[in-house]
Amino acid sequence: MTWYDSFLQQLVDGLVLGSFYALVALGYTMVFGVIKLLNFAHGDFYMTGAFAGFGGLSLVSGFLGAGWLGIFVAMLLAMLAVGCLGVVIERVAYHPMLGAPRLSILITALAVSLVLQNAALALTGGQYTAFSTDLGFGGFNLGNLFLSYNQIVLVTIAALLMIALELFVSRTLYGRAMRAVSIDKDMCRMMGINVSAVIAVTFFIGSGLAAAAGTMAGAYYGSIWYFMGFLIGLKAFTAAVIGGIGSITGAMLGGLILGLLESFGTHIPFIGSEWKDVFTFSILILVLVFKPTGLLGKSEVERM
Amino acid sequence: MDKHSPPTNPDAREPDLHEPDLHEPRPRNLLQRLYVAFESPGRRRALHLTILAILIVTPWISSQYTTVILTNALLYVVLCLGLNIVVGYAGLLDLGYAAFFAVGAYTVGILTQQFGVNFWAAIPFALMAAALAGVIIGGPTLRLRSDYLAIVTLGFGEIVRFTARNLEITGGASGLSHIPEPSLFGWHIDSSIDFYYVFVVLAVLAYLASQRLFDSRLGRAWLYVRHDEDAAEAMGINRVATKLAAYVIGAIFGAIGGIFFSVNLGAISPESFSFQQSVLILLAVVLGGMGKIPGVILGAFIVVLGPELLRDFGTLRLLIFAVLLLLIMLFRPSGIWPEKRS
Repeated sequence: MTWYDSFLQQLVDGLVLGSFYALVALGYTMVFGVIKLLNFAHGDFYMTGAFAGFGGLSLVSGFLGAGWLGIFVAMLLAMLAVGCLGVVIERVAYHPMLGAPRLSILITALAVSLVLQNAALALTGGQYTAFSTDLGFGGFNLGNLFLSYNQIVLVTIAALLMIALELFVSRTLYGRAMRAVSIDKDMCRMMGINVSAVIAVTFFIGSGLAAAAGTMAGAYYGSIWYFMGFLIGLKAFTAAVIGGIGSITGAMLGGLILGLLESFGTHIPFIGSEWKDVFTFSILILVLVFKPTGLLGKSEVERM
Repeated sequence: MDKHSPPTNPDAREPDLHEPDLHEPRPRNLLQRLYVAFESPGRRRALHLTILAILIVTPWISSQYTTVILTNALLYVVLCLGLNIVVGYAGLLDLGYAAFFAVGAYTVGILTQQFGVNFWAAIPFALMAAALAGVIIGGPTLRLRSDYLAIVTLGFGEIVRFTARNLEITGGASGLSHIPEPSLFGWHIDSSIDFYYVFVVLAVLAYLASQRLFDSRLGRAWLYVRHDEDAAEAMGINRVATKLAAYVIGAIFGAIGGIFFSVNLGAISPESFSFQQSVLILLAVVLGGMGKIPGVILGAFIVVLGPELLRDFGTLRLLIFAVLLLLIMLFRPSGIWPEKRS
């Protein structure tokens, strides 16, 4: 195995990891775009999505099997369920707080995150749940590079979801309304846009994408637990920041960049894999301090 | 300033719920009577002395279990008053406060256990390390918006924990054990009652320091910066220096808690300083009432004693706590015992 093969292998691993980050980062960035809220509970939507996907799979595996078809249907069910959960949470917890000081909204979001986590903890008893599927370990060799079918399907589904989102935001009426609301909410209201409905749609899509990532991660890694959303929530936020928070293309780009950085970063000599998370958080802090608008974000003169 | 959060005070959402009651001649319910009792300066001294007397007598009339729990509550009083300076006074959301707690605990743990330094000689180093950590975290990040600041502090908290877990000098994942107990003028501090009294002294000192800081010039500067940063700057207040002062002082409070936490337990591990720890301290501050000293102390007692009382509920107690926090934010966002503004 030459350095070149190793490089390709890291590239593939980074892409898989980056797809998860990108899907979760999209929700962060979309919600931030429309209501300027940093949704701390977003990582927990990913976790809830994994559990919903698990439930969905046990529902449909009887007649669709637990292969990719069954998982795909389970993923759609999870997206629907968690999307609705996101809308409900926005209505109940965030909507009444929109006029409140920023500190209060942030703490509310933190509280929502704790409620979701501890509800899952109470339901599962803190144990890992095995997400058993019929996915094999098949794949093929490309030179010295091994590509598993699972990786290919996973990256494809992630890419399709992102393309669908991009089309939705750029081509449809609601997508246009969403972009308008992120620029000026008050003006949108005057122009007759139903801002509350746009916010609800945004939450539905954002939470749904996190649930898709959660289901796929559960199926890919084979186990889920109540705390799985915490770290990926932080990392997806890092990805959103790298890309420029508020920018949808930026979140996709940031997710892939972060996945690749982590994959390659842990193979730098003297930096073992146990420093991986320190590495990620250092990147987050450096980007926030030196280029808070990220790669594609709009520069905004705003001080809080 | 974001246009969706106009610079009104945090109570503006529910103006009639509790504030006017404070000024009514006859308080209606027990809670309001308690407020009035504590708000009037004449009765303050009597209340202080009563509480102090209760604190001194308690270990003699209660079980050792109660003493240990109360010691823990007093530790949280110190930590919460420290975080209150950052969050309540200066209005900066810090989600990595456990990092300062960890810096204090680990500095003393390493110096006394691995280098044989005397406990009291190690304290200044721990305080300096914490102040330095405050400057390192605060310096570059205080110019950021509040939600970015929250995430950066969270990231720093996790970096400190991962570093403690990965380094050899900090004992790795299993942490440090056999940290020697201190002695003071021949008094060997080792029993749970000894440590209880040490924490009573610390909590009283933290209380007095918080009170003095609140009334000081710096305290007024924090208030001003929190309410309207731009106006404060226009009036000649150095925005960044004022916030940095809050960070460093908060860090020192946290380190003091950590220093005595490490010798009390005799062992520390990275998991004592997790994100959950930071959240619990923040929960106490928000629950009690950000910026209000008696409220914060009440919050500290609630988060320590509450789980003990809910012990029968098992894992559900954390869920109950989380729901409680959410309800407080929705219906009483300024806490149980909110700060009165004149």
